[in-house]
Amino acid sequence: MLRLAIITWLLALPAAAEEVVAGLSQTRISISTNFDGTEILIFGAVKREDPIEAEPPLQVIVAVEGPSRTVTVRRKERRLGIWVNTDSVEVDRAPTFYAVNTSAPWHDVITDTEDLRHNISAERAIRLVGANIEGVEDFSEALIRVRNDKSLYQRNIGAVNLVEQTLFDTAIRLPANLTEGDYKARFFLTRGGQVVDSHETVIAVQKVGLERFLYNLAHNQPFLYGLMSLAIAISAGWGASAAFRFLRS
Amino acid sequence: MQIYLPIAEVSVNAFLLLGLGGMVGVLSGMFGVGGGFLMTPLLFFIGIPPAVAVATEANQIVASSFSGVLAHLKRRTVDLKMGTVLLVGGLIGSAIGVQIFNALKAIGQVDLLVQLSYVVFLGIIGSLMFVESLNALRKSRAGRPVPTRKKHNWVHNLPFKMKFRTSGLYISVIPPALVGVLVGILAAIMGVGGGFVMVPAMIYLLGMPTKVVVGTSLFQIIFVTAFTTMLHATTNYTVDIVLAVLLLVGGVVGAQLGARLGARLKAEQLRILLAGMVLLVCGKLAVDLLIEPNELYSIGAAAGH
Repeated sequence: MLRLAIITWLLALPAAAEEVVAGLSQTRISISTNFDGTEILIFGAVKREDPIEAEPPLQVIVAVEGPSRTVTVRRKERRLGIWVNTDSVEVDRAPTFYAVNTSAPWHDVITDTEDLRHNISAERAIRLVGANIEGVEDFSEALIRVRNDKSLYQRNIGAVNLVEQTLFDTAIRLPANLTEGDYKARFFLTRGGQVVDSHETVIAVQKVGLERFLYNLAHNQPFLYGLMSLAIAISAGWGASAAFRFLRS
Repeated sequence: MQIYLPIAEVSVNAFLLLGLGGMVGVLSGMFGVGGGFLMTPLLFFIGIPPAVAVATEANQIVASSFSGVLAHLKRRTVDLKMGTVLLVGGLIGSAIGVQIFNALKAIGQVDLLVQLSYVVFLGIIGSLMFVESLNALRKSRAGRPVPTRKKHNWVHNLPFKMKFRTSGLYISVIPPALVGVLVGILAAIMGVGGGFVMVPAMIYLLGMPTKVVVGTSLFQIIFVTAFTTMLHATTNYTVDIVLAVLLLVGGVVGAQLGARLGARLKAEQLRILLAGMVLLVCGKLAVDLLIEPNELYSIGAAAGH
């Protein structure tokens, strides 16, 4: 129904060349105590005046990017028989979450030059400046590999369904260990590896209720929070002791 | 049942945490160790960020130690006087330890040194206890009475003597205070309560009876870990109260069970079990250092936070 509505709306508008119009199943994600990850459904359409060009085929890329953090990547080496951290590289900006869904194999969708220009692949989304160690690429590759294993970074080739070069839909699974912040969803239309149009929207990820209260308390009133933690610990210890004494008598 | 932890920012299984807390609680009540040396690596393993694991673990140890101490107080197996002397030393020691920790952090090899000190200390203490208690067990099986440690050595010639009635000792306050300082330093560097160092030190260095050692160690640990919790909460904001509650619900129940279980075991059996456990953890950590890891790279929060 929604898709149909979008299309009727699209047809009513005048437009130049091909433009992307997209929507999300949710633009606000609340992290509550029982948060266990979520799936965002993304759907959209291509708006155009002229008849559909047959060649080169239209392709779609959807990228969702979490807030960035500075991280340190360390490498272990064997020294005197034991494995120790030796070299380390500080990555200035690495998204805490990064998913790219495409409608076709990577090199059919976009050229390296266009990727560089729009920072689409995870490799390009990571910013690494001023590292003066040989083989810095190994470190950024390792960062992507480690986060890939945790499903924090995803590249889902062919996950975007494209119908009649006009309608598309895809889904992105957000894991349970999300960082709070604004998540950026970007959409790209490409033909022959060249970006034809792009669009950007924001998904707000926020802690709510108890989670929010505790997080704020811990950061704004740390002394009070510490005392509260100790009070809970002491009373739990006493409670268990009293309960056992009661059970015994 | 998955629960999202507000400070750690990860989602974990609540029953898994309850189980872990309970298991470590039993050990805590039985042996008088806080259980931190066991729990902290376990928390790393299930994906809790190390900074949060260390800080929250300190808070959980407060709960299980308190519960354990109450059980021991009822059985009159806590030497409060000795505990206070150890505590004074312990607080001085942890202040020194924090300084050493920061100095090591500046060099950038703090992880390795923490791991190495775990392996070295657990290895030495574990094997010494294991051999000693095995011998004691063998002797008592053979029917001969276990020789009581009433021999006078250099410890008894030091000044500032004090009567510790519960332990049945009349010794100088210098050795227990020094033990306290040493344990305090280790505790701050290794991020644990220090019970696993304290218990053997009290038995073998100070000659305290095993039954009193456990309660007294727990008594001292409460204060040291409470101090650590406050320090972490106010400087690093890394104490996760939801995680702590889950762990300590299991922990306090476990500690009660452990204290009662411990009362039924013979002193030698208790020591041999503790020695075995210490050696097990030591072996695991040593293997981690020696075997090539699957992933040579690791990701950490940037320095200077």
